[in-house]
Amino acid sequence: MDVVTSLSTWLRGCLSGFGIITREFPEACQIPLKEWTNSGLKSLVRNYGDIFDVVNDQILFLLRKIEGSLLALPWWLVILLIVMVAWHASRSRWLAVGLALSLIIIGMFELWDDTMRTLAIMLIATTITVLIGIPIGILMASSKYIQAAINPILDGMQTMPSFVYLIPVVFFFGLGNVAAIFAIFIYAVPPMIRLTNLGIRLVDAQVVEAAEAFGATSSQILWGVRLPLAMPTLLAGVNQAIMMALAMAVIASMIGARGLGAQVLRGLNNGNVGMGLEAGLAIVVLAVILDRITASYGRRLDYSQTA
Amino acid sequence: MAKIDVKNLYKIFGPRPHEVLKHAKKGAPKDEILTKTGHTVGLTDISLSIEAQETFVVMGLSGCGKSTFIRCINRLIEPTAGEISIDGRDVLALNKSAVKALRREKMGMVFQRFALFPHKTVLQNVAYGLNVQGVAKDERQERALHWINAVGLDGYEHARPNQLSGGMQQRVGLARALCTDPEILLMDEAFSALDPLIRREMQDELIRLQKELHKTIIFITHDLDEALRLGDRVAILKDGRLIQVGTPIEIVTNPADDYVRAFVRDVNRARVLTAKSIMEKTETLPIHTSPREAAKIMTLQHRALGVVVDNDHRYRGIVSMAEASAAIKRGENDLQGVVKERAPTIGPDTYLTDLLSLSADSAEPIVVLDDSDLYLGTLSRSAVLTALAGKSDIDDNHIGSDSKGLVETPEDTGAAG
Repeated sequence: MDVVTSLSTWLRGCLSGFGIITREFPEACQIPLKEWTNSGLKSLVRNYGDIFDVVNDQILFLLRKIEGSLLALPWWLVILLIVMVAWHASRSRWLAVGLALSLIIIGMFELWDDTMRTLAIMLIATTITVLIGIPIGILMASSKYIQAAINPILDGMQTMPSFVYLIPVVFFFGLGNVAAIFAIFIYAVPPMIRLTNLGIRLVDAQVVEAAEAFGATSSQILWGVRLPLAMPTLLAGVNQAIMMALAMAVIASMIGARGLGAQVLRGLNNGNVGMGLEAGLAIVVLAVILDRITASYGRRLDYSQTA
Repeated sequence: MAKIDVKNLYKIFGPRPHEVLKHAKKGAPKDEILTKTGHTVGLTDISLSIEAQETFVVMGLSGCGKSTFIRCINRLIEPTAGEISIDGRDVLALNKSAVKALRREKMGMVFQRFALFPHKTVLQNVAYGLNVQGVAKDERQERALHWINAVGLDGYEHARPNQLSGGMQQRVGLARALCTDPEILLMDEAFSALDPLIRREMQDELIRLQKELHKTIIFITHDLDEALRLGDRVAILKDGRLIQVGTPIEIVTNPADDYVRAFVRDVNRARVLTAKSIMEKTETLPIHTSPREAAKIMTLQHRALGVVVDNDHRYRGIVSMAEASAAIKRGENDLQGVVKERAPTIGPDTYLTDLLSLSADSAEPIVVLDDSDLYLGTLSRSAVLTALAGKSDIDDNHIGSDSKGLVETPEDTGAAG
């Protein structure tokens, strides 16, 4: 209700304000977006705070599980698992050996535990990004109007300085890992949505027409033709989302994310260049691992290349 | 009742097709409509019927609307106006799910660029129609394997399309279209993307399959030779209008206008014309005819040769005027003693191209017989040559004469020329 009254007062003030030409921008004309946002957020938290708490608890629970198991496993077993996944994705001996070596170097930097914490956050943030990004991307590909409506929102999300949305995230989830995961999600989801949309739209129209000619329903075409053929682009989206997420790792540590980002932040606060460098290199290694694995899966699913 | 009936079909592409339809119905030309309204006329007033089990070829150059036409049949493109009925059922009145059901149950389609599913194996591609229908996996595979074998791809069922050559890919496309056993086969420039040799091979394959399957086939092509070779009937489109519909022989021998005439000028007539279409039927001589009577009939008909048949009208051989005269001198009572089976015989559907060498090698005219040796007609060498040259009307009952002729009259040569 108070939103309606404040809007009408503003409109009235604005109309009268235009009567006088002054050097100063008419005061009555100013949009109090600040106040609106803050009061809106407050009422959101007041009314739906329970929901945010539930989400917070669920994610925290999941994060603890994953982080716990990554930390509970012996380091060599984790390396073995990652190398096996990399091998499965790429069938490249050199990649497997290279990844194993770089993971060992991380261990030598005494950053193993922090790397596992960051990895856990990345896994959850990326999973949420994929689970939410792909359906929105599919929706966006289904109509040019929806695409036109969503595109500017994505542009905004990507150009908005990331510090800006750290504030409301903290507002909802408090300082800590869950807030960090949501901040990462907001940063990482636009490329996932965009590339899902692009991938589906790039599927050969003739192949889709063939499916239509055989009387396939829209959902048969989506699941049986469009999505499988969009898979390489979709995986490029996952890849991009992970890279975005890692880029956010340090910024997210400012609102309480633990792991490698926190080490970089500590290095910054203490003027400890070496500490920052070590943690930074570990982030790079993590990025390379996740990038190579997802990119290899993308290549394997690309049927337009000759087998 | 025709299998597929198309009446006054119009398709106009653009944002407001129905406003533009009025101009098109008044007969405004395509170019004028495009410059005035920005709408493209795809099809103008197409009416035709396609009979069950016939191969109906729609031929025209690119942009003539042939691909639009075939997509209107299964409503991949929505016509702007007109009627299409299949088995008497109004296709344009169907709602979306009924259209899908129609496509699933009655139609198979083959595409110019194959349009196979690259992420599926050959087996999965071929079984796709059944998959969409919800057929159980075992039956699906069994039926798909049958069609993979039928198109000669046994052993390739687990390959992916990009591992196959173009010709093989289109065999997969054909098997995919046939796998649901549809009554109607829509083939959109199905062989146009293939090399000439492979294309020829695929045409033979289609002809062979059609002999067993008896589908109603709508075949789109821009290649007149292909159209004439495959089609029971051929429709020629130009700028979205139907110019002519007819059998290949009608198209070649009786083009409707200059456009079609220009098309068929370069066509290899020998591949289109059959023995039946150019043969002449002469009066036959029953075997018990007296030589004197036979000579009289031959003289009256200005013929040097007579075709002799037995009492059941079965072909027995030929007799020349000279032989008949000899028999008269010997006082024989019938033609038994002089008839000889020396002329080559062929079936009525033999293409001209296949009897050319026969005609060149034989001094005698070629005799056309049906399956049970009943006499149908005769092909003289001059008839073959005039048909090849494209100068004679096929129905012209000219008389062939041969070197052996005793009765080579002026009228004779005149008629043959």
